[in-house]
Amino acid sequence: MNFVARFIRSPEGIAGLVLLSLLAAAALLAPVFFPGDPLAIEGRPLLRPFEHPGLPLGTDRLGRDVMAELFHGARASMIVGISAAAVAILVGALVGTLAGFGGGLIDEALMRVVEAFQIVPGFLLALAFVSVVGPSLTVVVIAIALGSWTGPARLARAEVLSIRERDFVAAARVIGMHPLEIAVKEVLPLALPPVMALTSVIVAGAVLTEAALSFLGLGDPNIVTWGSMIAEGRNVLRSAAYLSIVPGLGLVALVLGVYLFGEGLVEALARREGQG
Amino acid sequence: MSLLEVSNLCKTYPGKRRVMALDDVSITLKRGETLGLVGPSGSGKSTLARAIMRLVEPDTGSIRFEDGDWLALRGRALRQARARLQMVFQDPLGTFNPRASVGGAIGDALRIHNIGARHDRADRVAVLLERVGLSADHARRPITQISGGQRQRVAIARALATAPALIVLDEAVSALDVTVRAHILDLLVNLQQQEGIAYLFVSHDLAVVRAVSHRTAIMEAGRIVETGPIQNVIAAPASATGRALVAAVPRLITNPPAKEPAP
Ligand SMILES: Nc1ncnc2c1ncn2[C@@H]1O[C@H](COP(=O)(O)OP(=O)(O)O)[C@@H](O)[C@H]1O
Ligand SMILES: [Mg+2]
Repeated sequence: MNFVARFIRSPEGIAGLVLLSLLAAAALLAPVFFPGDPLAIEGRPLLRPFEHPGLPLGTDRLGRDVMAELFHGARASMIVGISAAAVAILVGALVGTLAGFGGGLIDEALMRVVEAFQIVPGFLLALAFVSVVGPSLTVVVIAIALGSWTGPARLARAEVLSIRERDFVAAARVIGMHPLEIAVKEVLPLALPPVMALTSVIVAGAVLTEAALSFLGLGDPNIVTWGSMIAEGRNVLRSAAYLSIVPGLGLVALVLGVYLFGEGLVEALARREGQG
Repeated sequence: MSLLEVSNLCKTYPGKRRVMALDDVSITLKRGETLGLVGPSGSGKSTLARAIMRLVEPDTGSIRFEDGDWLALRGRALRQARARLQMVFQDPLGTFNPRASVGGAIGDALRIHNIGARHDRADRVAVLLERVGLSADHARRPITQISGGQRQRVAIARALATAPALIVLDEAVSALDVTVRAHILDLLVNLQQQEGIAYLFVSHDLAVVRAVSHRTAIMEAGRIVETGPIQNVIAAPASATGRALVAAVPRLITNPPAKEPAP
């Protein structure tokens, strides 16, 4: 049975896949359904949902279309979440592999750096970084990755420590392969699958961190994000709670989707290993 | 004029239980000769093999290989010199990256040592496969999808790829069943006669060593306790370990001895 078939058999995986596909479609189709600037004023301020046929989710305090903001926000959340996780896993896996494979002083030095990053809470790190460098999409991605690469690094190092004792690594040295090539081409690909299992947790965390940064006004000001929508809605929380609830539901759906999808993947991987 | 000269090698693994895995070990090997290294499990055979392969650094002692100071080589110089000294491991599966293909594993050795032009490497891989009794179209197969005996042939082809003067075989046939083992031993003997490669043949089984070796060295607790022509050692073992190893294989005397090395 191939991997896709195994994945399809897991209910979590399917639920996650459906949720993510819907959100991805919303993100991709946002410019089609809602061309133009989602931050433009489209109608009377504070229209309630379903009050106006052209503006199904109503408008915010400035009269911007909440539905358009929601779709465009999905885009920002997914881009930031996925890029930050990709950067964190790539950097973490690379650092962990070099530390585990290099051993000795290299290992000591790299692991001290990892510990230094681990001591500071990830969110504070992101907050500090964005405050210093200034908010833009790239900076936010790096800021979030700064706080989440240490997990992959530690896991990759532990994997590499066991893989490097295997005979095929000795065999690679015997044929004269360069240590860097052994680390990156022979060892890293085998250390990666368990590290990839962290993806869903990291993406979910990144989405929430991005939302929190935007909520505090430290997101990219030219982009609608769900976090900035919630921040905006907070000012009228009692009179127009939907302004915070709608993007909040979006966040819940995205984090849940990522999490379920990840569970499905892990389960499908585990089943293959179980079959030997 | 020896090909390999190991002198007074010592190695103690760090840790609580400080075992002296190599205790003043000296051996020599001539070109085209097979030295069978026999000893009970834990006697330090693999440590010696790995020290010669520069996979384990000995504490003291010296190794001369092809008239050079083998232990003085570092980095790039060592990686290049490795072409002349190759190794075949015990576990035919573990010795390959589980993601590798047969052709990729052998091709790596050619690429690293810049043997042949890039476009004719596939032909060279095919030639190597045929030399070890496999067919050229094995090259595309994943390493996980051939048998243990075939994998050990691929490991031998990978070792042959760089035209070595010496191949260290650490329990290279111990994981194979009896008929496959006999075929691999045959292959090794034939290759030696064609190419004049020397072998350091490591095994815990005197019967296997007997089938391929010219001389033998018997190891016990990190020391070489006896060396000599294989027939002499079997006929009249001088050490207690030698007598125990001979006694463990009752029909040893009736096996034909290995042929003399080419002059
Ligand atoms: N990496 C290692 N660390 C610590 N001790 C080891 C290591 N490898 C081998 N030893 C010890 O060294 C001794 C010799 O082992 P080895 O060379 O593998 O013997 P053999 O190959 O003859 O079975 C044994 O006592 C073994 O426990
Ligand atoms: Mg051994």
